[in-house]
Amino acid sequence: MAHRVTINGETREIDAPGDMPLLWALRNELGMVGTKFGCGIGMCGACTVHVDGQATRSCSMPLSAVADKQVSTVEALEQTPVGQALQRAWLDGDVMQCGYCQAGQLMNATALLTNNPNPSDGEIDAAMQGNICRCACYKRIHAAIAKVARDEETANA
Amino acid sequence: MPDGVQLSRRTLLKASAVAGGGFALAATFPMAGRATAVSGPADLNAFITIRPDNTITIVGKNPEIGQGIKTMLPMLIAEELDADWDSVSVKQGMTDAAKYGPQLAGGSFATPMNWMPMRQAGAAARAMLIAAAAQRWGVDAASLATEPGRVVQPGSSRSATFGELASDAAMMDVPDPASLKLKDQADFRIIGRAIGGVDSPKIVRGEPIFGVDTQLDGMVYAAFERSPVFGATLKSADLAAAKAQAGVIDAFKVAANPQASLVEGVAVIASNWWLANKARASLSPQWDNGEWETHSTKAYAQAAKDAWASGKSDEVFAEKGDIDATFAEADRVLEAEYSYPFLAHVAMEPMNCTALMHEDGTMEMWAPSQTPQGGQQAVAGYLGVEPSQVKVHITRMGGGFGRRLNNDYMVQVAAIAKEMPGTPVQLIWSREDDLRSDFYRPAGWHKMRAAVNADGKLTGWADHFVTFDLGDGAFNPAAMDATEFPAKYVDNLKFEQTKMATAVPMGALRAPRSNALSFVMQSFLDEVAHATGKDLPTLMLELTDGVEAEPETQGFVGPQPGFSAPRLQAVTRKVMQMAKWGQPVADGHALGFGFYYSHMGYFAEVVEASLDARGNPVVHNVWTAGDVGSQIINPFGALNQVEGSIIDGIGQAIQLAVEIEGGAAKQSNFHNYPLPRMPMTPKIHVEWVLSDNAPTGLGEPALPPVIPALTNALFALTGKRVRSLPIDPQVFA
Repeated sequence: MAHRVTINGETREIDAPGDMPLLWALRNELGMVGTKFGCGIGMCGACTVHVDGQATRSCSMPLSAVADKQVSTVEALEQTPVGQALQRAWLDGDVMQCGYCQAGQLMNATALLTNNPNPSDGEIDAAMQGNICRCACYKRIHAAIAKVARDEETANA
Repeated sequence: MPDGVQLSRRTLLKASAVAGGGFALAATFPMAGRATAVSGPADLNAFITIRPDNTITIVGKNPEIGQGIKTMLPMLIAEELDADWDSVSVKQGMTDAAKYGPQLAGGSFATPMNWMPMRQAGAAARAMLIAAAAQRWGVDAASLATEPGRVVQPGSSRSATFGELASDAAMMDVPDPASLKLKDQADFRIIGRAIGGVDSPKIVRGEPIFGVDTQLDGMVYAAFERSPVFGATLKSADLAAAKAQAGVIDAFKVAANPQASLVEGVAVIASNWWLANKARASLSPQWDNGEWETHSTKAYAQAAKDAWASGKSDEVFAEKGDIDATFAEADRVLEAEYSYPFLAHVAMEPMNCTALMHEDGTMEMWAPSQTPQGGQQAVAGYLGVEPSQVKVHITRMGGGFGRRLNNDYMVQVAAIAKEMPGTPVQLIWSREDDLRSDFYRPAGWHKMRAAVNADGKLTGWADHFVTFDLGDGAFNPAAMDATEFPAKYVDNLKFEQTKMATAVPMGALRAPRSNALSFVMQSFLDEVAHATGKDLPTLMLELTDGVEAEPETQGFVGPQPGFSAPRLQAVTRKVMQMAKWGQPVADGHALGFGFYYSHMGYFAEVVEASLDARGNPVVHNVWTAGDVGSQIINPFGALNQVEGSIIDGIGQAIQLAVEIEGGAAKQSNFHNYPLPRMPMTPKIHVEWVLSDNAPTGLGEPALPPVIPALTNALFALTGKRVRSLPIDPQVFA
């Protein structure tokens, strides 16, 4: 059956079973492949999107559960000031190696800084521990998030 | 300074004009023993293209798995071309052995193989731009110089951009690479600069650049059902039930082809991968698991104990002196049994490949492979066609770690796509498939013995290694070299091995052999050090005291420096200084040391560790001193590789193992194969010890020493020796 979902501000009709995870609706039904498949059980965070602003594992979120909700993905990340600042910090700090997990890392980090603009080191660790980076670029991911938080604080001072 | 591998005289450079103006330089980097000229115009085979608008396109020839090669090789070319890096864009090259020579992401080989050839190609293009300017201005080429992106005549106002000169440069003679003078290290403008990855801007925007992001018109998705038991054959499967599932287009059996690492199973094809994968549940497959069902890690471990108890081995592979007399006369004899588990690679991007069998019988593939040329040959061999009939696009990969050196998934998708000519098929493995269908890091068992004389000198060293019989492949990840340290530095030695038959597939995992042997050898040497009232770095310095560097040898990549004890000594002394070795540390913390030489890199590391309230190890600091030659090419990428290797190694030491049970891997996803996460990240301090050697690779050599450095720190802390990985906190109870 068709499901109506708002993705990056655009309402889309998706004709797929309601138990299909949002991830596979995005990737194979809509061709939006920025959101990545890593584990399928919500353990790695590669598939993180925002559903009504909350970081959500799209591999474990059935399509039927996102009807009438606002979904945003990495493809729309640069439309938010926090997302754009994080993208910049990711490039300035040369965060990534393979880069495959980074869409999920960025989406999770954007949700973190949107909800808590000035997290402590421990809060960054706690918020990001659901996102695996197999290349283990953790030091740089952490530093990039901390830098955006610091810059934001300076700008508001 | 020895420069290492050079552009061969058989390397062919060919220049031509580009339609619409500009300059193209084609370069052919022949494989050893093979030389095929580029056919057709250079602009179609261009390695370097300079256009009138000053844009420069450089081909990145090797596969990118996150090691940074797509950025680094073009940096080498751009340096000697004297390009403005901001005007350079990089294009991924296709799989083409005749044109590019080896295209391989493995063995940390790319840096030593390409350090000179890439620079020489850039220098050739620069010489032609200078020649074009000399002709235009009617001056001697020797009076000209370059600044980034332009040719100038110092002392005059003459200046022209590369773009302005490009069309004329295409008409100049191509110089002999050997005649070109390369830049002095002090004049580098791009090499040595921290440069971000060329694909990174696309990655942060979520653009489709990975293999699994490939999208083609009319593409369908495939999932593959196989037995979790290695070596099993398919008795039956309910294909009709699978075909009746929502979205399923087809389901069919695929026959095994052991030469191509193709296992027997069922392909399920659907309009969406999730639907294909879900339909696997309705197949109700019946397998004949055969003799391998009884195999298990526990049984292998028992077989190792039995082999040691028997006192017999299959083969002695290194022996010198009189080992029996040495042990009989020793003042002290140390004996210990060490072991390490199977490990999986778990690249973040699960194995996948996209294939299209064209109606004319040619195969086109989009392959996330570390060895796309090997994949091309494997698929061609499987299909019974020439490799030229298999066109392989190289995609960026979400990690490799050695898993993608094996191209079984390429053959698997080819086997599926050949049944559906004209329809592109994307095969994706689930994470469960990935963990249960790996080429695992081999487990291994070592019975170590050391003899120490009354002066506290190590006089005898012996190992009975129990490993697996993997046949005579090109690279055996379950083997050990006769020269394994400290073999050369003790007078009496015996290495023997016993090999077990197995159906468990095994392969290279980042720093193959070294990632396991470092733990055994550096831990047992630490035992010797403690037994003789020393510490390990002091013992390492004593063992190699006054030993000169060995002469140059012929390695896989060509001429390479022999093992150098002075380089070992330099990184050891450096890291001792960095970590303030020997000075007090925080209460409840301790330091441990590890050294390892692998992939032509020398790394000495010190770990500061403690135990948490539940007795689990915690790593606070890691100090690393590394010698990979005269120059760090891209400090951004280099440091990232070292930091990642260290955390990777800590994860392996603390919490990773694949256990074989009932002939299959027990682990299935990240809940029971728990990769390191952000809170585990220690402080990592890295310093480079530059040496007078051509630069070598960094994908691997920083990993091996961190594992024994950690376990040696835990011994210093608790007095309890970790002799089996992953670390069992019960050891410290």
